[in-house]
Amino acid sequence: MPIGDMLLRSVDDSQINTVFPNTFEEYKKWDKEKDKLPPEEVYKALFQELAYGDKIQVGRALTRMNYSKSGWKSLIKKTSREIKKVVKKEEFPDSYKEFLIETNEKWADPTYWYAMGQMLNNQTSIYYWNAIDRTFDQELNVVQQDEDRRVYVQTWLKTLKVSIYVTVFCLILGFPVAHLLANLPLRYSNLLMIFVLLPFWTSLLVRTTAWIVMLQQKGVINGVLVWLGILSDDGRIAMVYNETGTLIAMTQILLPFMILPLYSVMRVIPKSHMRAAQNLGAKPAMAFWRVYLPQTIPGMSAGGLLVFVLAIGYFITPELVGGKDGKLIGSWIAYHLKTTLNWGLTAALGAILLGFMLIFYWLYNKIVGIDNIKLG
Amino acid sequence: MNDSNQSFVKFEKIDKSYDGEVLVVKNLNLDIAKGEFVTMLGPSGSGKTTTLMMLAGFETPTNGEIFLDTKPISKIPPYEREIGMVFQNYALFPHMTVSENLSFPLEVRKISKADTKDKVQKALDMVELGMFGSRFPAQLSGGQQQRVALARALVFEPRLVLMDEPLGALDKNLREQMQYEIKHIHDRIGITVVYVTHDQSEALTMSNRIAVFNDGVVQQLSTPDILYEKPENSFVAKFIGENNTLNGVVKEVNGSSCTVDLDNGHGTVKALKVNINGAGDKTQLSIRPERVTIDSNNPDANNFSGKIEELIYLGDHIRARLDVCGNNEFIVKVPNEGSFSHKEGDVLKLSWNPDDVRALDL
Repeated sequence: MPIGDMLLRSVDDSQINTVFPNTFEEYKKWDKEKDKLPPEEVYKALFQELAYGDKIQVGRALTRMNYSKSGWKSLIKKTSREIKKVVKKEEFPDSYKEFLIETNEKWADPTYWYAMGQMLNNQTSIYYWNAIDRTFDQELNVVQQDEDRRVYVQTWLKTLKVSIYVTVFCLILGFPVAHLLANLPLRYSNLLMIFVLLPFWTSLLVRTTAWIVMLQQKGVINGVLVWLGILSDDGRIAMVYNETGTLIAMTQILLPFMILPLYSVMRVIPKSHMRAAQNLGAKPAMAFWRVYLPQTIPGMSAGGLLVFVLAIGYFITPELVGGKDGKLIGSWIAYHLKTTLNWGLTAALGAILLGFMLIFYWLYNKIVGIDNIKLG
Repeated sequence: MNDSNQSFVKFEKIDKSYDGEVLVVKNLNLDIAKGEFVTMLGPSGSGKTTTLMMLAGFETPTNGEIFLDTKPISKIPPYEREIGMVFQNYALFPHMTVSENLSFPLEVRKISKADTKDKVQKALDMVELGMFGSRFPAQLSGGQQQRVALARALVFEPRLVLMDEPLGALDKNLREQMQYEIKHIHDRIGITVVYVTHDQSEALTMSNRIAVFNDGVVQQLSTPDILYEKPENSFVAKFIGENNTLNGVVKEVNGSSCTVDLDNGHGTVKALKVNINGAGDKTQLSIRPERVTIDSNNPDANNFSGKIEELIYLGDHIRARLDVCGNNEFIVKVPNEGSFSHKEGDVLKLSWNPDDVRALDL
């Protein structure tokens, strides 16, 4: 239900239609070819709906209007004050159009009125277009956002790239560890398991900040490298507050999600299989490649899918160590959810993320087969 | 057969220790002739599987050397030994079909596709699974998996086949059937087999010779009939077949025979001197249940009496548990000839021939 509710929000545009029903009704009669500005009736309807509408509802509607064109909110707020004076004195103007233009010349700017056209329907696709750096022009055609407002497409691509890298790194690092875990004598493997799980149980924030301490310019790693003379003091590597930092920290944080499913699969592969393969004449490398590795595929896929799914929606770590260019789509979702309160855009971004996941799931099922997943 | 010139597999003074302190195999000397079916029999932990693993190359001897076809093989890695092996749980590769499992050893030997196909089919036919090539191991029954494992161990024509308790996971009927099948395959292709089991009936059924392991030492290496009838020590006597024991002290030794005073003054027994040094030694007498006769009057035999504690009707024979000379686990097998009319509590007259009593170590 919450998911469905969020998905509905990504296309829902009904709230504003309950606030300005008459305005929109009159607006639809406006012939944009003939008249530069909307007719008197539109101004009048808007005046009345602002004057007598519920304040909170109007406030919400203004937020929505600002998404279609920034400036709407302040324009109407300023105008509202004038309208209130008028209503108080009961000195209603003869021409609402002239009155409004008089209070603020922006009412004569047709671009505001064009932007209103986006909100006439109960449903809108504007949030989805926004989520991929597109918007509507005055004729309601889909166009690219202004260059300085394009952020999402590159973030999407970066999110994909980082997720794939993190998954691959986790696989490369996790495979030998899981193999050791599954094959060491019990007392060593228990100890190793604790090393794997300890970070897993530690707070995410603590681990992330620990990485900042490790990686920053004056941090532990740079310090040691400089001390060893490998780096000069000015040549300290920037390992954090960029994509590198995001990759390092996310790989470490998500590693257990790769190791654990791999381990549970490897644990049940009988040791006799490698022996049998060698007994049959295969060298150890060949035996590994032909007999052992194929049997770990369920674990690799489970771990890979888990890490990928978690990575693609990750936001705390990239937010903290990613700096400006390490930000992933999850950060934007959180930003719009909590800061701008643009839940329509939040929902649209989330829905696209969900769509991505379903596509990957489908692809995975096609290639590997979902019943091949094994978590334990 | 024990001639070292002839021996195909030769263990020479093998010691094996995993931790550098405890020897799991102690001074093992074993010769196996070409074409022979030798079983290593023993309780778990007796070192038999370790010995097999050393032969397969998965363990290295701590001391000594193993020779295969007169060449030392300790330095040869397992994948170059050309030794086939059937593992305890078959170790079939679950992600490969039966055919792929069988062609694996041929593929790694770079044998042509056509030859591979041919050999795989032949091997499958041999174990009567000709139609099952495209199945996966998980789709086969335990017995069928067993046959596939056998076929896979044989398909690349190894010099030697090792089997590590291959029938352990099967139910009783299937196990017996497979015993005959393995024996017949061995007879047919004449390959050398080294077989490990803890099941004595399996060993007796299939082997040319059996090496009885205990505590890292070969207790006796012999053909099945000699092992059963002439055990050389009390472990072998107890481990193979059913066995009645009476403890006592050697009174006197006369060449190959001796007399033994039973503990607690239960009498004197004439026995064969097998594993004792001389008068005064403690000894354990071993008598097979089927060598004890009831109600016979032979003055040269050992004559005793025993009270029936329990009678079990087993169809072809009646199994009587008696209290004889203080041992109330004394078993006698009475053939079911329709004339046995004793009840529990009756006292029977028992006798056994001195040649059937073996005075062994205690």
